[in-house]
Amino acid sequence: MDVSIVVNGKQVTRDIEPRQLLVHFIRETPGLTGTHWGCDTSNCGACVVLMDGAPVKSCTILAAMCEGHEIRTVESLERDGRLDPVQQGFHERHALQCGFCTPGMLMTARALLDENPDPTDEEIRIAISGAICRCTGYKNIVSAVRWAAEHEAAAKHGDGLRQEV
Amino acid sequence: MATTENLPTAEAERPIGFGRLKRKEDARFIRGQGTYLDDIRLPGMVHGAMLRSPYAHARILSIDTSRALAHPNVAAVITAKDLETLGLAWMPTISYDTQAVLAGDKVRFQGQEVAFVIATDEYSANDALQLIEVDYEPLPAVVNARKALDPDAPVIRDDKAGQRDNLASPLWEAGDKESTDRAFAEADTVVTRDIIYPRCHPAPLETCGIIADFNPATGQLDIYNGNQAPHAHRTVYAHVAGLAEHMIRIRCQDIGGGFGNKVPVYPGYVCAIAGSIVAGVPVKWVENRTENLTSTGFARDYVMRSEMCAKDGRITGLRVNVIADHGAFDSTAQPTKFPAGFFHIVCGSYDLQASHVQVKAVYTNKAPGGVAYRCSFRITEAVYLVERMVDALALEMKVDPIELRLRSFIAPAQFPYETTTGWTYDSGNYAATMQVAMDLAGYNELRREQAEKRARGELMGIGVSFFTEGVGAGPRKHMDILGLSMNDGADLRVHPSGKAVVSISAQTQGQGHETTFAQIVAEELGIPPEDVEVRHGDTDRSPYGLGTYGSRSTPVSGAAVAVVSRKVRDKARQIAATMLETRPEDLAWEKGRWYVKGDPEKGALIEEIAARAYSGEELPEGFEGGLDAQVIYDPPNLTYPYGAYIAVVDVDPDTGHVKVRRFIAVDDCGVRINPMIVDGQIHGGLAEGIGIALMELLSFDEEGNCLNSSFMDYLIPTALECPDFELGETVTPCPHHPLGAKGVGESPNVGSPPAIVNAVIDALHETHGVEHIDMPCTPARVWAAMQGRPEPPQ
Ligand code: FES
Ligand code: FES
Repeated sequence: MDVSIVVNGKQVTRDIEPRQLLVHFIRETPGLTGTHWGCDTSNCGACVVLMDGAPVKSCTILAAMCEGHEIRTVESLERDGRLDPVQQGFHERHALQCGFCTPGMLMTARALLDENPDPTDEEIRIAISGAICRCTGYKNIVSAVRWAAEHEAAAKHGDGLRQEV
Repeated sequence: MATTENLPTAEAERPIGFGRLKRKEDARFIRGQGTYLDDIRLPGMVHGAMLRSPYAHARILSIDTSRALAHPNVAAVITAKDLETLGLAWMPTISYDTQAVLAGDKVRFQGQEVAFVIATDEYSANDALQLIEVDYEPLPAVVNARKALDPDAPVIRDDKAGQRDNLASPLWEAGDKESTDRAFAEADTVVTRDIIYPRCHPAPLETCGIIADFNPATGQLDIYNGNQAPHAHRTVYAHVAGLAEHMIRIRCQDIGGGFGNKVPVYPGYVCAIAGSIVAGVPVKWVENRTENLTSTGFARDYVMRSEMCAKDGRITGLRVNVIADHGAFDSTAQPTKFPAGFFHIVCGSYDLQASHVQVKAVYTNKAPGGVAYRCSFRITEAVYLVERMVDALALEMKVDPIELRLRSFIAPAQFPYETTTGWTYDSGNYAATMQVAMDLAGYNELRREQAEKRARGELMGIGVSFFTEGVGAGPRKHMDILGLSMNDGADLRVHPSGKAVVSISAQTQGQGHETTFAQIVAEELGIPPEDVEVRHGDTDRSPYGLGTYGSRSTPVSGAAVAVVSRKVRDKARQIAATMLETRPEDLAWEKGRWYVKGDPEKGALIEEIAARAYSGEELPEGFEGGLDAQVIYDPPNLTYPYGAYIAVVDVDPDTGHVKVRRFIAVDDCGVRINPMIVDGQIHGGLAEGIGIALMELLSFDEEGNCLNSSFMDYLIPTALECPDFELGETVTPCPHHPLGAKGVGESPNVGSPPAIVNAVIDALHETHGVEHIDMPCTPARVWAAMQGRPEPPQ
């Protein structure tokens, strides 16, 4: 069947098997292997993308269900050579090691800050609790999301954001 | 590019290598531009899928692949029969056992590999698995290690000539029985405990996989595979597949975590290689999560009985008997001479009079493995045991568990310290580290809080552990794996512009080698870490070495990089002497520059020396030119990091749910090259330790069905189970490592489970009489213990 999905602002149309998972659809789009998968049971969150702005586990959605919807992946975070504050925050606070969970964590964090620009540590922990990181013990991820929240607030007040990675 | 503004370079003119340098590798990962195995697509590539046994023990009567072969997208189906003709039906394990690549006669664990399908795409390959018909005759399964040697137990390894029981490796001993008997006879207190370190799994977030690409025209085999020891894998493939080693190239690009799980060679890898040799196209195979949990390297599974004794208020002796459950094939990953790994470090941090350790290993109808899970060769089991025993003894003696440890520690003046089981600990000041942890935790205050809570019916526990690890295997004279010495190479080239490339044999899976190893060169040569490219993960482009596990990167490979940098620095000195028209011995070194003693204005920068080294100008007599060097580093001893951990838990009296409220970890790993990365390693290991202590378990029913075969049942801690870790440090340099550094990656996983379990028992002992509970401390198991019916986990 033909499916047409807007991925990172671009229309992607492909003839797919009806059973194809969104995560596989995305990963088969040239250049978009940033979205990972890590389990068979919707537990790990390595596959989180934004669907119309809300975080979803792309291993748990059929590509066919996304016809006409807008998907955002990790590759869309950097704009015009400027990193998203969550990306910068992860670098600043050493919130990644192997990097495998990172795209899912970044998208989850992006969705959280879009909804709640000033989350508490507890709110951050709850927001990322659908995702597993086997490497970092989460402490620095929480700290990175705080970093992003603070710098985003500062940027809104005109201080701008550094671009250093 | 790494950012360096947080390095301590304020007054220094030349950059300093060590410090909290942010990671170079982040740049690609935060953009989703890492290259993990499954991200790689080669032209013409086909996909493999594995058919696995539903039974733990069964005879294979027949395999019918005809319907699968008729599937329009299926290219081939491989069974044991096909592999036999290629001589690939069995492969050697790391422990000199053999393992069936595909089962031919019998299946010996649930999830064992039976047939390999190759199809044009992953979905079709998995569809075709359903079309293969296998006729099994189920046999009784051996699941419990304690019953594996019963006379009526079915023999699992009837493939091995002369094997009449389920003994996997004979009794192995360390320490001294007689003097231990004496210590116990003279003791005034003795405690005995049966303690299980249950089977758990490293479960890196990225599962295992491979792409094998054999070129029939050239005979070259290209392998893409995230593994922790690419050079050793290449040697193993050369032996297994009979291919010439120099025609095999292994590339490990980015690896989504390893923790020991990615050390072994798995049957799926051999099948993909065989598939590519037969089909002449690249074959990719990536396991799913269930395959990862049920068939690849598990960890632990030690059933232990131990006695510990004390005299005059301090610990004097230890006896340990272990039954190790190795599963259906012995593929436990240990240096050859150490069938129980480094388990005999079980005398811990204490100055004992005597100790005696016995270990034997059995086969069961469970998955093979016994790899580390962030653990240096069974040290995790040893530390868990001794730290549980010390607490049991303290309980019996009615003394504070920290007090008993302080009384029994090896004293600083005793280092280097020879343990009763034959280790030589390099350096330590244990009491000082314990004190830092007590201060950070506010230990006395916590005890007061606990008493108040107890009075109100609340269950709060404080648990302590103090571990010593031996990491960085290892000295060539004692340690090898499959005959390969456990050394590592380093190759450093400084280019004419002063920029450098260092190639290493260690293999990062997230440990940040691209940053840390650049910092070592930077520190030693005085060039910015940005100017040092770290090359690894490609057997064609890096020197031979045994890879990354057992916390060995910094102790062995890090030392190699320091030594090779110093070799280059010495070479630079010779060249500088010619440039400055003086003798090498008249030069002195400061970061990045050789200068004339007594005339510091007169000197040459490393980049000037590099330019000269490649120029047409005069060089020292007999010099070949160029500025590079190569070493193989053979460590003189292991390094012995240690630490004091304190866990504070709250137990819900109505449900038995355990919450780790605080975790204080004070590590001494000698000199820290990048403290930010060290802290990160500790955070990650603590989270794993919380998982092991509270949630993670691979258990089996009586028929050998794995009950934890997905992340629905194999529970991994999330951000909600982990507290905001509180870290501290002391620094006692390693006397024999060129940088004074010790390994650290595994310490937190080693040290945290006993602290948490001790805390749970501390919470429940006074009110509920609980003296022991086995991991994982799930609500159900804690609840049962509170009711006076503690259950072993299997
Ligand atoms: S792949 Fe694990 S939740 Fe989607
Ligand atoms: S950084 Fe490795 S899983 Fe999160």
